Amino acid sequence: MTTPASLPDIDYAGVAPVLIILGAACIGVLLEAFVPRSQRWAVQVVLSLLAIVVAAIALGAYLYTGPQNTSTFAGSIALDRPALFLWGTLLALGLGSILLIADRVVEPGGAFVAQAGIRPGTMLDKEQANRSSMQTEVFPLALFSLAGMMIFCSANDLLSMFVALEVLSLPLYLMCGLARRRRLLSQEAAVKYFLLGAFASAFFLYGVALLYGYANSVKLADIANAAGGTNRSDALLFLGMGLLLIGLLFKGSVGPFHTWTPDVYQGAPTPMTAFMGACTKVAAFGAILRVLMVAFGSTHWEWQTIMWVVAGISMLLGAILGITQTDVKRMIAYSSVAHAGFLLVGVLALDGSGIRATLFYLISYGFTTIAAFGVVSLVRDGTGESTSLSSWAGLGKRSPLLAGIFTFLLLALAGIPLTSGFVSKFVVFAAGMSAGITPLVVLGLIASTIAAFFYLRVIVLMYFSEPAADGPTVTLPGMYTTAAITLGTLVTLLLGVYPSFMLDWAGTGGFVV
Amino acid sequence: MSIAASETVQQASGTMSLAWLLFALPAFGALVLLLGGRRTNSWGHILGVLTVVAAFAVGLVLFFTSLGAPPDQRTLNLHLFDWIDVGSLQVEFGMRLDPLSMVFVLLITGVGALIHIYSIGYMDDDRDRRRFFGYLNLFVFSMLILVLGNSFITLYLGWEGVGLASYLLIGWYSDRRSAATASKKAFLMNRVGDVGLAIAIFLLWANLGSTQYTEVFARAGQLSPGTATAIALLLLLGACGKSGQFPLQAWLPDAMEGPTPVSALIHAATMVTAGVYLVARSNPIFDLTETGRLVVTLIGAFTLLLGCIVGCAYDDIKKVLAYSTVSQIGYMMLGVGLGPFGYALGIIHLLAHGFFKAGLFLGAGSIMHAMNDEVDMRKFGGLWRKLPITFVTFGLGYLALIGFPFLSGYYTKDAIIEAAFGAGGWRGWVFGLAGAIGAALTAFYMTRLMLMTFFGKSRWKELRSADDREFHPHEAKPVMWVPMVLLAIGSLGAGAFFVLGDRVVNYLSPTLGRLSTAESHPIPELLITIGTLVLAAIGVLVAWLIFGRAKDIPAQRPENVSGIVRAARKDLYGNALNEALIARPGIWLDRFLVWLDNKGVDGLVNGTAALFGGSSGRLRRLQTGFVRSYALSMLAGGVILIGALLMVRYA
Repeated sequence: MTTPASLPDIDYAGVAPVLIILGAACIGVLLEAFVPRSQRWAVQVVLSLLAIVVAAIALGAYLYTGPQNTSTFAGSIALDRPALFLWGTLLALGLGSILLIADRVVEPGGAFVAQAGIRPGTMLDKEQANRSSMQTEVFPLALFSLAGMMIFCSANDLLSMFVALEVLSLPLYLMCGLARRRRLLSQEAAVKYFLLGAFASAFFLYGVALLYGYANSVKLADIANAAGGTNRSDALLFLGMGLLLIGLLFKGSVGPFHTWTPDVYQGAPTPMTAFMGACTKVAAFGAILRVLMVAFGSTHWEWQTIMWVVAGISMLLGAILGITQTDVKRMIAYSSVAHAGFLLVGVLALDGSGIRATLFYLISYGFTTIAAFGVVSLVRDGTGESTSLSSWAGLGKRSPLLAGIFTFLLLALAGIPLTSGFVSKFVVFAAGMSAGITPLVVLGLIASTIAAFFYLRVIVLMYFSEPAADGPTVTLPGMYTTAAITLGTLVTLLLGVYPSFMLDWAGTGGFVV
Repeated sequence: MSIAASETVQQASGTMSLAWLLFALPAFGALVLLLGGRRTNSWGHILGVLTVVAAFAVGLVLFFTSLGAPPDQRTLNLHLFDWIDVGSLQVEFGMRLDPLSMVFVLLITGVGALIHIYSIGYMDDDRDRRRFFGYLNLFVFSMLILVLGNSFITLYLGWEGVGLASYLLIGWYSDRRSAATASKKAFLMNRVGDVGLAIAIFLLWANLGSTQYTEVFARAGQLSPGTATAIALLLLLGACGKSGQFPLQAWLPDAMEGPTPVSALIHAATMVTAGVYLVARSNPIFDLTETGRLVVTLIGAFTLLLGCIVGCAYDDIKKVLAYSTVSQIGYMMLGVGLGPFGYALGIIHLLAHGFFKAGLFLGAGSIMHAMNDEVDMRKFGGLWRKLPITFVTFGLGYLALIGFPFLSGYYTKDAIIEAAFGAGGWRGWVFGLAGAIGAALTAFYMTRLMLMTFFGKSRWKELRSADDREFHPHEAKPVMWVPMVLLAIGSLGAGAFFVLGDRVVNYLSPTLGRLSTAESHPIPELLITIGTLVLAAIGVLVAWLIFGRAKDIPAQRPENVSGIVRAARKDLYGNALNEALIARPGIWLDRFLVWLDNKGVDGLVNGTAALFGGSSGRLRRLQTGFVRSYALSMLAGGVILIGALLMVRYA
């Protein structure tokens, strides 16, 4: 017997932010077809920024009505506090990323290729590098990806989550390959990211299938219920969970599933690295948090020890491998692997304070990352960005302000007090401590000590080394990059000095079941 | 047993609520000087001095206000703002104004102000003098946060801040490679200690739900004995890192690469004593654990001997003074490790030491100033004629350090040695004798330093400095010697002032509890005092016999020396120990992981491929691709993850 399909009720006010971003992305695609090439950049920038601002206003208006923890689309999209907080985080970080993407002053024409179809290394390619236009499809692509991330961290069933995963990933793969300079490196990064991402998606999907086999449903809550009382083999549950987690940990670049991170961070255009480093991390950890707490919370005794080990491996791998890096972008990539481990400590607390700590960590880490990559994009030589650490020597003497900002951001990444990095580490470790995962917290403290070493090395280089004679110059940033760096730095400072309000927002509620 | 547990803490009001000015002033100075850029070059140093002098004035006002209050109302809390205020997570940013923090405020701002003034002269020809003062102000600010904070979190904030400032200042002469290495070493070794402190703070958090001093100390009794000991030992690890105690002592002598005023302020008088402050501040926790206190005393006693022995072997005047600092902090640690018998004694020695050691370092700076920045004592000699003021002020510091009767060190060090003998049983003998032998060795190496520097033949006349200039020693300007004279007055009278009539002991009693005295000593107290003096005199005499009796000291360091001298010259293998324990395994682990990351997985793939394909051509082609090895490592990680999940479930 079949039941007639009925349209589920949709809470339009609640999902308006996502719909606005998705709609703007669709309009952006149309604009590419109808607006003359010379005006596209301006129109796309205005559209993207406007969409993010309007979406944020819609989110604020929805929050103002004091919504209950509900879900919509027949329970597929959760509208609970963590989801709404993550949306806000994603919109704010998305704004910063769009600002970096939009800049055309630092690199004349922007960091993205003028015409993606040209083969790298040819005469045409050299010519495009100096053209002052860019492939403006980047803007709608970024919006699609952003919308995918928003759905990803609010999806309450595994199929929606998978669709969102693809929506957020495919534009990222593409945009990674669009760097104006060093195009082979960029395209190599894109292919690697794509292949490995597809590999991880396959794991994810297989996991979904097994979990469906186990619970007869893809809803997170049903999986949790099934785990409570079913006579099916637990092998299905844990096999499915493991496969699912591989997909999620891959996106969050948690070690040992981090292998793509350094290569892709290095090869991708820097604004895109900032976008990935900040927003993808938020989306991935939002989803990990939800899946572990809602679907597998009831069986946590069986798997938490293993996840502790994963978190520990990630911290240590990131911290130790970061030491030997000679490229700024690779160094920040390994640092992000270590940070993923710290984030997992908050997730594994598996309680309200853990959610709050993780959400706070995500927003503070995201802003620091965007500002840091903004700074990275300014240090340039004749061939584009100069990311080799040796060329950063003596930057403190050439450009004291920039070096000062970067020092501050590095101190934030290292977790020195009065930066958001300290507060976020503190709340995450405090949550872990009160949840009784002391060994992991101790390991985290040790790993952050090791990691402090490579941040410090950069500070030493900038202040205590003589600048190389033919070293890079610091480009004066345009309005957009300046805005992004300022935004990131100010939030890093604000959340370090006065974190209470953000912690309050992050801790207002748990997940809807 | 904890006397501090019954303390009453009141909210600060009236004059005391101005206390925030204490750190706001140097913070303002640091901000203006570091962000102001070149515009502030002409008057920056004046601002730097003024902020610290003003902070000292505020400190004095607060001190006398607090002195006017009855002892049970001297512990005040000044709430500034809620830093983290969310549900169970409460971290308040506030100040604790009690006798312990007040004496530190006076030491930091008082000695700090003198050293700031001295730096005007010392850094005169440095084109970055403004930035130097900015860092110094940053340091004073952080150090005041450290001692004035009312929770372990604010202490940690200051702790990291002073670490950062010290690190920036050690690396000041950035054209010297050794300076960069030294600053890196200081930072790293401090971080090892910081991990201990951070874990201790989290343990307090997990067990008591707070890091506020009032809360923690009031409820310290709820800690299980094991936890209390663990916290005490972890706090001690932090203290060892900051204070250059065994096994983390090796960074402190290297830190002498920084400008001499920095060595005087940060690496002698204030920052390096933060570890002693930490132990004294946490006295309710240390009161709970006999083992914890025993370890503190053991480390103190061992370090004081180690510092003395190594100090005998160096020819670099600043390194000798640095090892002397290591050894004197060992005395302080020994003091505070004795618990209620010694908290106050350790702090008093710390205060007196702040004066005379800062004076000694400023004197050393004056000598370097006169001698083209030369630090090798073998090139000095007979300088007392050329530098009379330096000679007298340095000489007073020297006498105070070796415990010459009625000068500072005589009162403060002697009290610690006496208390150590009173520890009872084997401990009394071991700690007491360590202290007494230390006194003899201190007298020896300091006399050696005095003789090699100020007396004997003027060896510098026949030598040239490293940059091939002749030496023309001359006395420094008044802006440099006036602070030296003031500190010399401190070395002369501070000890007597502090100890006679138990002034400081009584003043500190609301924080540190009443000072207990041992029931009985294995030997009479008078005998201990006389014995220590005799030992010190023997030290002086031996040094004079070897270095003073008109014997010529070779300008080159003799290489054919006994094993013990060789060991001492190698810092008693402190560096080798750190290398073997921490650095070496770290490097191996790193290499292994890098190899695993790059080669291992790759090699595995290639090896497998070669096995199946069997052709070297294919092998070469496979080597160009990395994606499959990444995918393989993901797969391997996944298999292990899933395997582990299933194993835990079905095991």
